[in-house]
Amino acid sequence: MTVDLPFGTVPPVLLFLLGGLLIAVTPNAFLRRLILVVVPVYGLVQLFALPMGSSLEFDFFGETLTLLRVDKTSIIFATIFHLAAVLAAVYGWANLDRMQQSVALLYPGSAIGAVFAGDLITLFVFWEMAAVTSVFLILAGSTVRASKAAIRYLVIQVGSGVLLLFGAILYFQETGSIAFEKMELGSIATIAIFLAFGIKSAFPLLHNWLQDSYPESTITGTLILSIFTTKMAVYALFRGFPGEQLLIWIGAVMTCFPVFFAVIENDLRRVLCYSLNNQVGFMVVGIGIGTPLALNGTASYVFCNIIFEGLLFMSMGAVLLRTGTVKGSELGGLYKTMPLTTFYCIIGAASISAFPLFAGFVSKGMIIDGLAKEHMLIPWLMLVFAAAGVFHHSGIKIPYFAFFAHDSGRRVKDAPLSMQIAMALSAILCVAIGTFPDPLYALLPYPVDYVPYTAPHVLHQLQLLLFSALAFTLLTISGIYPPELRSTNLDFDWFYRKPGAALVRGVVTGIAAINGAMTNFVGRRIEGALRSLYALHGPEGRLARTWPSGFMAMWIAILLTLALLVNYL
Amino acid sequence: MLDFVTEHLPALQVVVPLIAAPVILLYQKEAFAWGWALLTTWTTFALSGLLVHEVFSQEFISYDLGGWAPPLGIEYRVDAANALVIAIVAGIAALVTTYARKSIQAEVQGRNQPFFYVLLLLCVSGLIGVAITGDAFNLFVFLEISSLSTYTMVALGGRRDRRAYTAAIRYLITGTIGATFYVIGVGLLYMVTGTLNMADLAVSIAGMDNNTTVQAAFAFIVIGLGLKVAIFPLHLWLPNAYTYAPSVVTIFLAATSTKVAVYALMRFLFTVFGIRFDFELDSLAFLFLPLAIMGMFIPSIVAAFQVDVKRLLAYSSVAQIGYMLLGISLATSASLTATSIHLFNHALMKAALFMALGAVMLRLKSTIIDDLAGIGKTMPWTTAGFALGGLSLIGVPLTVGFVSKWLLIQASFASQQPWLAGLIVVSSLIAVVYVWRVVEVAYFSPVPEGRVRQEAPLSMLIPMWVLVAANIYFGIDTDITIRLASLAAEALLGGAP
Repeated sequence: MTVDLPFGTVPPVLLFLLGGLLIAVTPNAFLRRLILVVVPVYGLVQLFALPMGSSLEFDFFGETLTLLRVDKTSIIFATIFHLAAVLAAVYGWANLDRMQQSVALLYPGSAIGAVFAGDLITLFVFWEMAAVTSVFLILAGSTVRASKAAIRYLVIQVGSGVLLLFGAILYFQETGSIAFEKMELGSIATIAIFLAFGIKSAFPLLHNWLQDSYPESTITGTLILSIFTTKMAVYALFRGFPGEQLLIWIGAVMTCFPVFFAVIENDLRRVLCYSLNNQVGFMVVGIGIGTPLALNGTASYVFCNIIFEGLLFMSMGAVLLRTGTVKGSELGGLYKTMPLTTFYCIIGAASISAFPLFAGFVSKGMIIDGLAKEHMLIPWLMLVFAAAGVFHHSGIKIPYFAFFAHDSGRRVKDAPLSMQIAMALSAILCVAIGTFPDPLYALLPYPVDYVPYTAPHVLHQLQLLLFSALAFTLLTISGIYPPELRSTNLDFDWFYRKPGAALVRGVVTGIAAINGAMTNFVGRRIEGALRSLYALHGPEGRLARTWPSGFMAMWIAILLTLALLVNYL
Repeated sequence: MLDFVTEHLPALQVVVPLIAAPVILLYQKEAFAWGWALLTTWTTFALSGLLVHEVFSQEFISYDLGGWAPPLGIEYRVDAANALVIAIVAGIAALVTTYARKSIQAEVQGRNQPFFYVLLLLCVSGLIGVAITGDAFNLFVFLEISSLSTYTMVALGGRRDRRAYTAAIRYLITGTIGATFYVIGVGLLYMVTGTLNMADLAVSIAGMDNNTTVQAAFAFIVIGLGLKVAIFPLHLWLPNAYTYAPSVVTIFLAATSTKVAVYALMRFLFTVFGIRFDFELDSLAFLFLPLAIMGMFIPSIVAAFQVDVKRLLAYSSVAQIGYMLLGISLATSASLTATSIHLFNHALMKAALFMALGAVMLRLKSTIIDDLAGIGKTMPWTTAGFALGGLSLIGVPLTVGFVSKWLLIQASFASQQPWLAGLIVVSSLIAVVYVWRVVEVAYFSPVPEGRVRQEAPLSMLIPMWVLVAANIYFGIDTDITIRLASLAAEALLGGAP
C-alpha cells in the first residue's frame, strides 16, 4: 500500500462510507441529520486542501489498484458531487428515513469513489456499489410499482457493471494494464466498456431505465438519483473516450430524442427525467468533440447542470410534498400560495434554458461553440434545436403548468424551511456562477480561453429563447399543446385544420406510438421467454421435478455410453 | 508424544474420528454425544492444521499404513491438493458440530440425536479417508463409509418431513450404482496392471493408449465419481437429499461431500490417468465441457424458480459444481487452481448460507420463501449473514466468490476460450436473481402480524458469522488460499510420480 496524501486526510470515499454506516447505527434522528450534512461539508473542505497528484494505491492479486487519483478532472467532478450531497442533505433534512439517510451518503460516496478510481477494477467496484446502494432509494418509494421498477433498475445497473468487468478483463488481456486512461474504440474490450458507460449515461435506446425508475422514488430520493449515476457515467466517458467522434452523434440524438417525449409527458417529474436525458446528451457531445474548449464546456456543464437540474427537481419535490401530485393537468395556480418555490423554480428554469446571467449560459455555450469551431453543421443544428426544446419543456412547461396555467384551486403552504434553504442555496449558485463564472473556470481541467458575454453569444441565445417562447405560446393558445389538449381550446378549433398543426401532432403521436409498440413488443417477448423458461425449469418443470430412481439410473447408463463412445471413437 | 503425533499424523487424521464414533454408543446421552463430537471434530481440525503446515514445508508426505511398504501395503499420501480438502472437511465439521446442538434438538427425534453425532463422526472419517488415501481400493472403502453414514443422516430428517425417507433411499440406490461403477473401473485397472496403488497405477498404465480395458476403466471410474460429484445430469439425487435432510446435515454435506468427490475425480483424471491419453482429452473436451456449461445454466435457472429456499440453494450447489467442472475440463494449471480454490470458497459460502437457513428453520419451522417475509427485522443477524453469503455466491468483489470467478475467467482466457468467460459472467447474473428473491422477501416484505423479534441463539450465530467473516477475509487477503490452490494444481498435474 502506497499512500501519498497530506497527513490526516481521510480518503473521501472512506469518509462517506463510514458516515453512511454511522448513520445506519445512530438511533437519534437529529444526530443522523447532522452527520448527513457534516460529512459532505467536511469532505468539501478537505477536498480543497488535497494537492494535485496525491494518490492512494494498494496491491490486490498482484495488480496495483489506484483508489485515489487526484488531478483537475477528478477534482472538479468530486467537488460538484460533494456540493450536491450537501444540497441534497439539506433538502432532505426533514423527510428522509434512516435507510435513505444512510444511502444518501453511501451512494454519493460510491460515485465519488468512481471519480477518483485510477484503474478499471476500482472503477468497477464503485460502479457496482453505486448501483446497489442507489436501488434502495427507488425501493424507498414503497409502492408495488416502485419495487418492480427497482428490480428492473438493479438488473440493468448491475448488468452494466458486469459488462464493465468483462471489458476490463479483456482489456487487461490485450494491453496488460488495468489503468483507467483514454481508450480507443475498436476491440471487443473497449466496446464492452463503452457500452457499460453508455447504459449508465442512458444513451438513446439504452435510456428507458431512467424514466422508468427515477420518478418512482421518494421526493428527495429522485433528487439524489438524478444527480449521481448519469454524471458518474459522464465522468467515465470523459476519462475514457474523449474525442471519440461517435459520441458526437450519439449525444446529438440524445439531446433531440427526449424532447418529444418531454413535450407529451404529463407527469412533471418524468418530464424532468427526459430533460435529464437530454442534458446528458449535451455533455456527451462535448466529450465527443474532445477539444480542450469542448471538454471544459462539458466539465462546467456537468457542474452547473447538477445545480440547476437539481433545483428543478427540488421545486417539483416541494410541489409533490404539498399537493401530493406532479401531474401537469392537476396543477396550476400554485404561485399564489407557493411564491418562493415558484421563484426558485423560475431561476432553475432560466438556468437550464441558458438565459444570459444564469449558470447554463456560461457553460452550454462552450459546447455549442466547440461544435461550431470544428465546423460540424448537422450536430450543431441538432443541438440548437435541442437547446430550444429544453427551454420549451424545462424552461417554460415546468413552471407554467405547475405554478401558473389555469388555476387548479389548490391553496397549499409554501415549501418547508429546510427545502427552502436548499433551493435558495442552489438558486444563489445559479446566479453567482452565471454572473461571475471565473471561479468555476479556474476549476476546469484545461486553461480557459472563453468569454461568455460577447454580443453574438448573447444575441444568438436570446433569439433562440424568444422563438422557442413564441412557439410555446402559439402551441398553447392553439390548444395543440398536449397536456391541456381538451380543456382550453374550443375557441380556436380553426387552427386544427391547418396542415402544419396536424404535422406536429402527427410527429408527436407517431413517435409515441412507435415507442409504445417497441416497449410492448420487447415486453411481450420477455414475458414469453420467461413463461417457456418456467415451463421447463419451474418447480413442476421437467428439469426440476423429482424423478424416479430408475430415471436416474438411465442417465447414468446414458452418460457411461457417451463416455465409452468418446473413448473408443 | 508430539513426535508420535507428527509421525503418525496422516493415520490419526482418519483414525481419531473413526475410533471416537462408537464411543458415543456406550453412553447414549445427547449432551455427552454432542460434547464428545465437539472435542473430536476440533481435535481433527487441529490435526489437519498440522498437516497443512507439514505440506507447506515438504512437497508431500507418504505414510505406509501398518508399516507395509507400497505398492503392496496401503499408502496414505498427502500433498497440497488433498491437504486442502482435508482442511475443508475438518474445519467445516468442527464449525458444524459447534452449531449443531440446538438445531438437532429441534429437528431430530430425541432418541436418534446421539446417533446423529455417531454418523457425523463416521462421515468425517470417511470423507477424510477418501481424500487422504493413495490406494484406489481403499478409496472405495472410505467412500462407502462416508456414503452409508450420509444416507442415514439424510433419513434422520424424516421427523420433520417424511419425504426424507424416500430421498435417502433414492440417494442410496444411485449412490450405490456410482460406487459400483467406480469399483468396476478399479477392477478393470487391476486386471491390466495388477496394482491398486495410485502412484503405481499411473506408472503402469503409461503408454496404454489403445488398451480398451483401460479406456473402459476410465469411463466407469469417471462416471461413478461423477455421480458422487453430482455432475449435471447425474445430480438428480441431490436436491431432494439436501432439501429433506436435517439442516445441520445439509450444511455439512453441501460444504464437504461433493468437494471430496470433486477432489477424487481430479486425482484420477490428472494424477492416475494424467492428461497424456487422447481419449481423456476427448472426454474432457466433448463430454465434460458441455456438461459443465449446461450445469452452470440449467440448475441456476431452476434455482431461480424454486419456492423452498433450501431447495433453491441445493440447485445452486449443482450450478456451482458446473464451475468446478469447467475448471477441470480446461485441464490447465490455471484452471485447476481456479477449481481448487472454488472447492474451498464454495464450502465457505454454502456453509454460511445453509447455516443461516438452519437458523431460520429453527425459528420459523419453514424455509418456504413466502414464510421468510420480514425476517430482516425479526432475525437481523441471520438475515445479514445470508445476504453477505449470497453476495459471495454471486461473486461480488471483496468476497471469495469473486476470487473464484476471477481466476476461472482468467483461466478461460489463458486457454484461448474467451467465450467461456462470457458464459461465466452471464450465469452469475442468474445467481443475482435467486439471491435477490430471498433478500427482497426478507427485507422488503412486511413482518407478518404477531411475529416478534427472535434472533437465532449465539451458538448458531457465532459459527455462521465466523464463516461469513471468512467469506470476506479470504476475499481480500487472497495470498494463502491462492498459494495453496496453485500448489494443489501443481500437485495434481505435475505430481504424477
